[in-house]
Amino acid sequence: MSTLTDVREVMRRDQVWSFLKDEQPQVDVSHDVILYVEGLNLSFDGFKALNDLNLYVNDGELRCLIGANGAGKTTLMDVITGKTTPDSGTVYFGQSLNLLQHDEAAIAQLGIGRKFQKPTVFEAHSVFDNLELSLKQQKTVMPMLLARLTPTELDRIDEVLNVIGLKEQRFMQAGALSHGQKQWLEIGMLLVAEPRLLLIDEPVAGMTAQETERTAELLTSLAGERTVIVVEHDMEFVRSIARTVTVLHQGTVLAEGTMDQVQNNPDVIEVYLGEAP
Amino acid sequence: MNQLMRFSRLHGDSKVAPFVAILVLVTLLASMGNLLMPQDSVFYVSTYTITLLGKYLCYAMLALAVDVIWGYCGILSLGHGAFFALGGYAMGMYLMRQIGDRGVYGNPELPDFMVFLNWSELPWFWQGMDQFWFAMLMVLLVPGILAFVFGWLAFRSRVTGVYLSIMTQALTYALMLAFFRNEMGFGGNNGLTDFKDIVGFDLQADSTRVTLFAITALMLAVILVVSHKILQSRMGKVIVAIRDGESRARFIGYRTERFKVWLFVYSALIAGVAGALYVPQVGIINPGEFSPLNSIEMVIWVAVGGRGTLIGAIVGALLVNYAKTKFTAIMPDGWLFALGALFVFVTLYLPQGLMGLYKKMMDKRKNTTDGGSGPDDVLSAPVQSSAKGGDV
Repeated sequence: MSTLTDVREVMRRDQVWSFLKDEQPQVDVSHDVILYVEGLNLSFDGFKALNDLNLYVNDGELRCLIGANGAGKTTLMDVITGKTTPDSGTVYFGQSLNLLQHDEAAIAQLGIGRKFQKPTVFEAHSVFDNLELSLKQQKTVMPMLLARLTPTELDRIDEVLNVIGLKEQRFMQAGALSHGQKQWLEIGMLLVAEPRLLLIDEPVAGMTAQETERTAELLTSLAGERTVIVVEHDMEFVRSIARTVTVLHQGTVLAEGTMDQVQNNPDVIEVYLGEAP
Repeated sequence: MNQLMRFSRLHGDSKVAPFVAILVLVTLLASMGNLLMPQDSVFYVSTYTITLLGKYLCYAMLALAVDVIWGYCGILSLGHGAFFALGGYAMGMYLMRQIGDRGVYGNPELPDFMVFLNWSELPWFWQGMDQFWFAMLMVLLVPGILAFVFGWLAFRSRVTGVYLSIMTQALTYALMLAFFRNEMGFGGNNGLTDFKDIVGFDLQADSTRVTLFAITALMLAVILVVSHKILQSRMGKVIVAIRDGESRARFIGYRTERFKVWLFVYSALIAGVAGALYVPQVGIINPGEFSPLNSIEMVIWVAVGGRGTLIGAIVGALLVNYAKTKFTAIMPDGWLFALGALFVFVTLYLPQGLMGLYKKMMDKRKNTTDGGSGPDDVLSAPVQSSAKGGDV
């Protein structure tokens, strides 16, 4: 780089005073892509969990990730949410936000919500409190100490309670909810923070058919406004919600397309039939 | 609906207000019993009792500190004795300087043990400790800064569970060994003692004793209310959330280590204050206060009372220490066995402590008085049996 460009870079008016910069940078989706994952490599003790993985997700899309155990689905989520640092590769949220530079808390505040495989809610708190804590707010010590529930926040919580259908259980201890209700509460906790991108790991594991159906409705209704990435084993469920499916295999993308395309893809057939007992 | 909710949020079902009222009332009665009643009256409270009560209240404050961090945030600190002792030492240093030339060697500047060690001048860390305000500042600063540094390093590296407990234990053990050394300048294994007066009042006088006791009770009440407010706030909810699901809290955007550090510092401050109030009433501070055993005992107080309930911690500390006073009078060597047995018993049969037992009994009574009819009994029976199953 020449000196001139160096100077220009240093003197950029929007960059000089870092404290003047927006606390919450906007996600730049002017090219319609909200998540860029490129050339991701990660190995644990010689085992290649991610192998040159590339994935692009459009804004407002509902994407399903499928693949056998150990294909790297959860590891990919770990990398996106900042839990694990990859050996190489880049992850961008929108055009300008490099996710690898942020920690879990910062990434969550940027608007990426993650639901774990096992439903994880704050069991000792009421459903309401669980949502209150998950609200989009300044999540540092002092503001939290002084925070009061505002009417706007109350409305927002009520709205989400309606969406996840736990209005009746709002004062119930989260630990006393059924498995399926906990799954919904966890999704509600993500929703109340108004995320741009939702990463949802096995939302229907352990749910009854009826609950599964409702979850499918919920997830499809979210897409459009928000981007949703769902990891799921239940093929029936994937078929019912998915528009685009990405198949992972041994840490890399094997195929991508609609459910029918993927199922007829020779690579996928080979891998799945080859692995079948 | 919302109105109702806000009401229940404000007032909750907490028993802090009545508890504080009882505390203040007992303090008032005991103080009057000592100062106003003649010695032969039935209502006379001896100065020995007053001092003993004051000591118990310091322990209760300490138990509160342990409970805030263990009961609400799940951080089992086995080294809270260190913060207690540091606060105590800061107060002890002030009291030593107050002795002036009334010591055995009559040196106006140096405490006795320094004269004994042939030291010619006051070490730098003793400077300023003759000022009450400075000593009180140190009571807060020393435990606070130690807790901050320790907490920052430990929580940022995400050290949790047993590993953290062992580290805190090592911390207090290391400090104990350090304070045992004469070269440290804190009186070696004799510690600091033989105090004469505090801010100009004779420490042996009844009125001073009663005042110290009353101040302890008042501080305990204030700390109880403040802790309750903090834990009721949204920050307190985050603290409990961290206890129940730290990674979940982190993934919804909380930097959990910061919350933990600040709570740890807050807890250390309470312990420091408790230590500072303890020393003038007991009249001595020595490195024995750093011993890991003491720190473990604190955890047992909280476990007995019921962790996660502030009042439980206080009640537990008072009861166990009362039992200790009685027990050691009868069978001095047996106390540790009794303590161990108590811990095993509580862990096995009262996982929620005495407060949990109280709550269970209240619920039971409510159930029997409310309904009493067939269906209600049927409903309450399985709940009980399942609770029992959970205990074992």
